[in-house]
Amino acid sequence: MSMEIAIPQTVERENYLNKEYGVWSWLLTTDHKRIALLYLVSITFFFFIGGFFALLIRLELLTPAGDLVQADTYNKLFTMHGMVMVFFFLIPSIPAVLGNFLVPMMVGAKDLAFPRINLLSWYLYIIGGAIMLHCMLTGGVDTGWTFYTPFSTNFTNTKIVEAGIAIFIAGFSSILTGLNFVVTIHRMRAPGMTWSRLPLFIWAHYATSIIQLLGTPVIAITIVLVACERALHLGIFDPKLGGDPLLFQHLFWFYSHPAVYIMILPSMGVITEIIACFSRKRIFGYHFVAFSSIAIAVFGFLVWAHHMFVAGISIYSALVFSFLSYAVALPSAIKVFNWTATLYKGSIHYDAPMLYAFGFLGLFTMGGLTGLFLAALGLDVHVHDTYFVIAHFHYIMVGGAVMGYLGGMHFWWPKISGKLYPEGWARLAALIVFIGFNLTFFPQFVLGYMGMPRRYYDYSHMPEFQVLNVLSTAGATVLGVGYLLPMIYFLWSMRYGKPASDNPWNAAGLEWKTASPPPTFNFDEEPVVTWEAYNYDELDAPPQKQEVTVG
Amino acid sequence: MADSSTIMGLHQEEEHHPQLLHHFADAGQQRDAASLGMWVFLATEVMFFGGMFCAYLIYRHWYFGDFGAASKSIDATLGATNTAVLICSSLTVVLAVWAAQTARRALLIGMLVVTMLFGLAFLGIKGYEYYQKFEEHHVPGASFSFDHVPIPGHPGEYANPRHAQIYFSLYFLMTGIHALHMIVGLGIFTWLLVMACKGRFTPEYYTPVEIGGLYWHFVDIIWIYLFPLLYLIDRHP
Amino acid sequence: MTGHASAKSPLKMYFAVWATLLVFTLVTFKVAFIELGPFNAVVALVIATLKATLVALFFMHIWHAGERLIKVAVAAAIFFLFLLLGLTLSDYLTRPWS
Repeated sequence: MSMEIAIPQTVERENYLNKEYGVWSWLLTTDHKRIALLYLVSITFFFFIGGFFALLIRLELLTPAGDLVQADTYNKLFTMHGMVMVFFFLIPSIPAVLGNFLVPMMVGAKDLAFPRINLLSWYLYIIGGAIMLHCMLTGGVDTGWTFYTPFSTNFTNTKIVEAGIAIFIAGFSSILTGLNFVVTIHRMRAPGMTWSRLPLFIWAHYATSIIQLLGTPVIAITIVLVACERALHLGIFDPKLGGDPLLFQHLFWFYSHPAVYIMILPSMGVITEIIACFSRKRIFGYHFVAFSSIAIAVFGFLVWAHHMFVAGISIYSALVFSFLSYAVALPSAIKVFNWTATLYKGSIHYDAPMLYAFGFLGLFTMGGLTGLFLAALGLDVHVHDTYFVIAHFHYIMVGGAVMGYLGGMHFWWPKISGKLYPEGWARLAALIVFIGFNLTFFPQFVLGYMGMPRRYYDYSHMPEFQVLNVLSTAGATVLGVGYLLPMIYFLWSMRYGKPASDNPWNAAGLEWKTASPPPTFNFDEEPVVTWEAYNYDELDAPPQKQEVTVG
Repeated sequence: MADSSTIMGLHQEEEHHPQLLHHFADAGQQRDAASLGMWVFLATEVMFFGGMFCAYLIYRHWYFGDFGAASKSIDATLGATNTAVLICSSLTVVLAVWAAQTARRALLIGMLVVTMLFGLAFLGIKGYEYYQKFEEHHVPGASFSFDHVPIPGHPGEYANPRHAQIYFSLYFLMTGIHALHMIVGLGIFTWLLVMACKGRFTPEYYTPVEIGGLYWHFVDIIWIYLFPLLYLIDRHP
Repeated sequence: MTGHASAKSPLKMYFAVWATLLVFTLVTFKVAFIELGPFNAVVALVIATLKATLVALFFMHIWHAGERLIKVAVAAAIFFLFLLLGLTLSDYLTRPWS
């Protein structure tokens, strides 16, 4: 320490990346930014495993005959694809990576409220992930990611309990992340950072955390019940013993429908930041966007039985759930209208993050509107369990959540790594992802409407489905290239990228007022917030204004 | 540099002696964060138990009489005793928090010990109940038997053993997971006891006692509901 | 918290709450053996709720020291629990075939 008296100008500033080196400085870190990067590496790993399964599924469906894999293997492929992507990629994706990195900085705190719990949550994720990997390598599960009873409890001979334990543990990781966010947002805001000055990214994460906290425990107890039922044949979900399999579906979807909002809400938060920055405007209707996030979180809990319309629930109850499902479209629509209104007369820049944001707008709108088809009691009977459903939720989860995740990764990459990514390649990748995505999933809407059921590996009795399936598989290949590109140039830029300034986008928000990459405790001095959120008119007002000093 | 390293040293010492962690502005913020954290965690616990209460509600509604007959086979006096034990333990917890607040270390240690004794007593009684059920073949599984048990209020009608088995499944799951929470609580209180013996708690810093206490009271509240739902349905002759 | 403790000893209140809880336990136990028809369950649950409320308000200090945020957290938990129970029951209670 005493050696560092005269620091030459050429030496890099101390930041969270170069403060310490070595494996243990990462594995035992309590710095939210380092934990975010641990998550980034882990979820990327699972993303490519899940993607590999998707690739095999698409390859099998290239031809009508079931010729690439056996029926049992196919069942395992789509099950493991779903379980890995939902529980080990999408749910942790934006909250655990971008949220972990940005929530403390955006509210002006040195760290999350409970740094050690934050590290614990990463370890829980890793333990859950390791169990899931072991489960996959030793046989996997063939029930579909929903592991419906009584098939999962009484009939399948695959590793339900092990997969259940993996999801149970990963669920606790998710709960602890949500708990950390809620407490941080309530208790750790910098002086002057009032609720209506918070970036909408924070509001979105607050809403997400509510769902993580109140929904996840229900899937946890459901998994416990399934495991007990499977091991001891208690009869709770077994119609033969007086139980009701529909009860499982109620409990499962009580979490798993809101879980979709765990995936999409943070993405909406990312998109809000990007659209404001690249339109150089304050977001239109700040409070509407903020409270629509909370409304989505609450309404999201009221709609779960629309997954069960044809499963034999009461028709009167189904009417209520159908109505409520339409209601949840309102806050989503408010957001889309407000983003569009923000664009109006904005000074729009077509940088890569904005391209992803545009992609999100279109794809999320399509995914949302087709969701209304499915919420309609009559139409749902026709398209239930067809590729229409698959296309719908991939438009939300991939077209929405993953587009937002990639947009956010590009937007904040200079802050995370301190390096600029190659803009030309990034725009190209955004375009490839958009084209590949639509090519993959739009044909599935048509297929589903024509009646192709999901989870079938052989459609040789309906060879006319092949053209659309070939299109879809071709699209998946393009999409795969689109996903590989950012990974390659992000890695490349870490070594060869141009150094990023503290605020390369000239964006509003506290995270841009500190160094890139930020120091370990985020700010050299505690920020005091005296400006409103998204003050782009102030940022842009004088042509070459000097850097705004904090405090 | 020398100054800053002294500050660093102090800082580390503070961290070692669990007072103010580096990322909090002051002790008040740290205490408020910890307390909110525990409350939010308890909210998730409500939902965790909520799933089982939901299953209970539906099968109680479907198999009203069978549940009554099955409930009658467990010992309500033991259940009531356990309720009293837990209520007493809640009192000792709240006294422990008060002792920590007012710097009464001996009382704090004493109350923590008494709380744990109550906790152990609860688990002992619970274990005895489980043993009874095991003897009577009321544990769900291969050797479960519940034949010719009359349904209360319906002379001549007998409980369906399969439906009674659902009652007993829920009984064991709900009380079992509750007991698991008790064991976790005992772990937390053991840690609090060690810390209290080391003199870590002062009127300025007793947050762990406070939030450990919150957890204990919550487990008590769950039992307050389990007792009538599992033990007291259709008791009347 | 510390302010309250130094201002007035809460011990009397703690013991009063404790005694009330024990009395409620005895009452609910005794009432269970009296035939009240459907009201047995109602009485049992009302008494349980009273007891839980007492524990939450006085032992968990919501009444004296709890800020509004804590109350909101408790209310949210109860609200979402009732959503789970209520909406699930909306299916079970209206099935025409069961």
